[in-house]
Amino acid sequence: MKTEDLLAGLNSHDPRAIGRAISAVENNDDCSAKLLASLNRDAIDNCLVLGITGPPGAGKSTLTSSIIKQLREQQKRVGIIAIDPSSPISGGAILGDRIRMMDHALDPDVVLRSMATRGRLGGLCASAGAAVRIMAAAGCGTILIETVGVGQSEMDIIRLADITMMVLAPGFGDDIQAMKAGLLEVADFLVVNKSDIAGAEALSMDMEHIFAAREEEDGIKRVLQTIASQHRGIIELLQQIDAFADHINISGIKRSRRRKALDAETLDWVSEMLQPDLLTLMQTLPGTNDPRLRAQELIKIMQNTH
Amino acid sequence: MTKQQTPYRVLIGKPGLDGHDRGAKFIARALRDEGFEVIYTGIRRSAAEIAATAIQEDVNAVGLSSLSGAHLRLFPEVVAELEKRGGADIPVLGGGVIPDEDVDQLLQAGLGAIFTPGTPAETIIASFTKACRQHREN
Amino acid sequence: MSTHKKFIEWQEKELAASLNRFPERKEEFTLHGGAEIPRLAVPEHIDDSYLEHLGFPGQYPFTRGVQPTMYRGRFWTMRQYAGFSTAAESNKRYRYLLEQGTTGLSVAFDLPTQIGYDSDDAMSLGEVGKVGVAIDTLADMELLFAHIPLDKISTSMTINSPAIVLLAMYIVVAEKQGIPAEKLRGTIQNDVLKEYVARGTYIFPPRPSLGLITNIFQWCSSNMPLFNTISISGYHIREAGSTAAQEVAFTLANGITYVQTALDAGLEIDDFARRLAFFFNASSNLLEEVAKFRAARRLWARIMKNRFEAQKPSSTMMRFHTQTAGSSLAAQQIDNNIVRVTLQALAAVLGGTQSLHTNSRDEALSLPTEDSVRTALRTQQIIAHESGVADTVDPFAGSYYIEQLTDSIELAAEELIAKIEQSGGVVQCIEDGFIQRQIEQAAYEYQKEVESGERVIVGVNRFQIEGEEKPELLRVDPEVEQAQTTALKQIRRDRNSKEVTQKLVVLQQAAESGDNLMEPIIDAVREYASLGEICTILRDVFGEYRD
Repeated sequence: MKTEDLLAGLNSHDPRAIGRAISAVENNDDCSAKLLASLNRDAIDNCLVLGITGPPGAGKSTLTSSIIKQLREQQKRVGIIAIDPSSPISGGAILGDRIRMMDHALDPDVVLRSMATRGRLGGLCASAGAAVRIMAAAGCGTILIETVGVGQSEMDIIRLADITMMVLAPGFGDDIQAMKAGLLEVADFLVVNKSDIAGAEALSMDMEHIFAAREEEDGIKRVLQTIASQHRGIIELLQQIDAFADHINISGIKRSRRRKALDAETLDWVSEMLQPDLLTLMQTLPGTNDPRLRAQELIKIMQNTH
Repeated sequence: MTKQQTPYRVLIGKPGLDGHDRGAKFIARALRDEGFEVIYTGIRRSAAEIAATAIQEDVNAVGLSSLSGAHLRLFPEVVAELEKRGGADIPVLGGGVIPDEDVDQLLQAGLGAIFTPGTPAETIIASFTKACRQHREN
Repeated sequence: MSTHKKFIEWQEKELAASLNRFPERKEEFTLHGGAEIPRLAVPEHIDDSYLEHLGFPGQYPFTRGVQPTMYRGRFWTMRQYAGFSTAAESNKRYRYLLEQGTTGLSVAFDLPTQIGYDSDDAMSLGEVGKVGVAIDTLADMELLFAHIPLDKISTSMTINSPAIVLLAMYIVVAEKQGIPAEKLRGTIQNDVLKEYVARGTYIFPPRPSLGLITNIFQWCSSNMPLFNTISISGYHIREAGSTAAQEVAFTLANGITYVQTALDAGLEIDDFARRLAFFFNASSNLLEEVAKFRAARRLWARIMKNRFEAQKPSSTMMRFHTQTAGSSLAAQQIDNNIVRVTLQALAAVLGGTQSLHTNSRDEALSLPTEDSVRTALRTQQIIAHESGVADTVDPFAGSYYIEQLTDSIELAAEELIAKIEQSGGVVQCIEDGFIQRQIEQAAYEYQKEVESGERVIVGVNRFQIEGEEKPELLRVDPEVEQAQTTALKQIRRDRNSKEVTQKLVVLQQAAESGDNLMEPIIDAVREYASLGEICTILRDVFGEYRD
């Protein structure tokens, strides 16, 4: 498909065009730069990006599916980017997050894309960011990014989100202890899923503790309970998220988060684009120096060639 | 070392109601180990769901598995659903408990290749590689 | 012969009582030439270790079998599982079998029935009547058991997620025959946990499914005491590619979960434990399989006694059905499968199974033909009557290798069960995929070995032949789907739809408030509410499981 056709397809919400456009940027095809430059800016600025993360088994995909269902009841067109790791050995990946979202497979207003991390240093952030913008341009007002909350690259992706929720379930004692430190940094909301099983109350109380100060500040409830498999607690969750979305919109937090994400993505692109040249240049340097010195030398050479 | 410069994307799906996914899962993993990105839809999918997913995920090929004897109904229907949704170019390959005399009928119905019990994984992977390469080049 | 006092005690008590109630098949068991075959070979010097690990048959921990005389008293039940497209066809076959002296039926349902869809549901396309009989409403169940006195037979039904609905239909069919539920005998598989990790015919998420199972346990313990309320199945776990030790571990872990759930619901262990049955796979490694069966029996006995503090010996006794491994059958040179099935069936018998299904040679290609089914049954009969393995109890006991392997499988299974419990139990391990990953990994490694030729499968990756002749295959008539759908439409017109709606509303309210659903479902099926209609309501309340 030509770039014009892809753009026209995005406007008319054609699933084929959306899929192809995302592949084009993911594969760095020639048309991707022009494509991305021509996307509808307003749609991108106005969309809401929700990050959903948490340990395996907490019910992320089921919760995502349940959130989709609720958003669809509100007549909203939804985009979802589900990310799984690539195998470092073969470069391949099994992308299985869709399984729990198949209820929406035939809904034309649910746009789902599975992406693999493809083992790139930072490039994934850029691809996922591009996919978000393509979905926004194709009419998705809300875009969910779902990823396992472990590892740096996943954490970077989550920074693409305007609002992030961490999903936990009772029975992850040690994992939760280890995650606590990072929790405040990344999560706006803490969802205690499977709240009908033993330990949910204790987990919620534990979490309320961490979020108490922020809840007091803006009156938005940060720790919520759901039973995603039975679609319970989802309305309340989305109400709080909506309130928070208004809050970050008015206060300018969304804008500054977007700005940070933009900078991070830009840096990603820089390292992605420079990498081949840098690798070539590196061959000309003596291999014995300290890496830090080598980096300084490289930058010096690059600056001199311009 | 990655095996494919830009990974091929394939969908592995099980149409119909049978829950025997040992073969489908093995092929999914074997493809992953050859550098494919495999979208696995799980068991019990309708033909329409599989086709819609294949298009949304922009895959280079679709692989189907069926063990309940419903392949003559279900496989051609996936091909038809893909056509209906503008994905006639996406090749569909199938495998499972399929008697030899059904193979020709399925190939005529638009399936790209059929794998019967005992087909070596190597042959299956080679078929997917070929189908994906052709699809990407066109 | 040993003169150990425990051995004498066993002979005087358990054995004597058993012989008194069930005389042996023959007066005398001898080799050709007249030498006597001992009932039970034991070591000359019986020590504490022997008593602790092996003991005597019919005695805790049941390593050597669940009855004192085992197959010298009565052969295992040769139970061939079969399904026919429509209820009327199946009924004909069942009545024929009963005329031939069969006392037990084994019903196979088609996939839509197993997953709670009516035959006219879009999801049922192409699957109606394919792998078993299609049941939509009580009318089908009435046809299925027409002219069959349900108080005279035992019926085994392979049904899991919607087991409560099919059981309710069975009860109402009996009721219409004038037979109270307390007289009904049989088994429902009802083991939903293994569906999530292996067989795939799940409907609802694990927790509400466990609730339904407990509803059945509760209702049956007071209303239907002769019915086996569950058959805890490792068969499909093994088919999905697990190892022998994993098969034991995951099956027993599921068993523990069911027991615990029932206890939590207020049931007494000795009230329901003897109504738990098991179902295992017999795969091709003969020695490993024999050891597996013995290990499973011993481990379950220990769990029931030590962990759940069962008081009655019968509560600790593992009774199981066995089926030969379907996944081991090759599509090439299919007669070789007869040999595979023979070895597997032999392992099941040497391992002390209570009943056995032998697969047919052509099942890697399609449903079996009548000829193939007969050969499969003959295989069991040859083992029973000609091989001599049924003439002495637990003949492999005392083999250094078999005992070592029995110990090591038991240990490996025990460790795996402990790991599951440390990780929050079976349901948690299903939800986060731990059990599925373990099975997948084992299946993957096995298949890799086959692909590389390291593991030889005769006729498949070695000793192949070119230009094989194609066997004749059985095909299911595609008209069945149409006929079944038409019949269902008719029933929907004929029934009292006001009553149906009202009963379904009551059911929904009961489901929402967490009540026992057995009575509301019995009331609904009596008015010809369909399986699909009932399951739709439960889907709405409980949610649907996706994997």
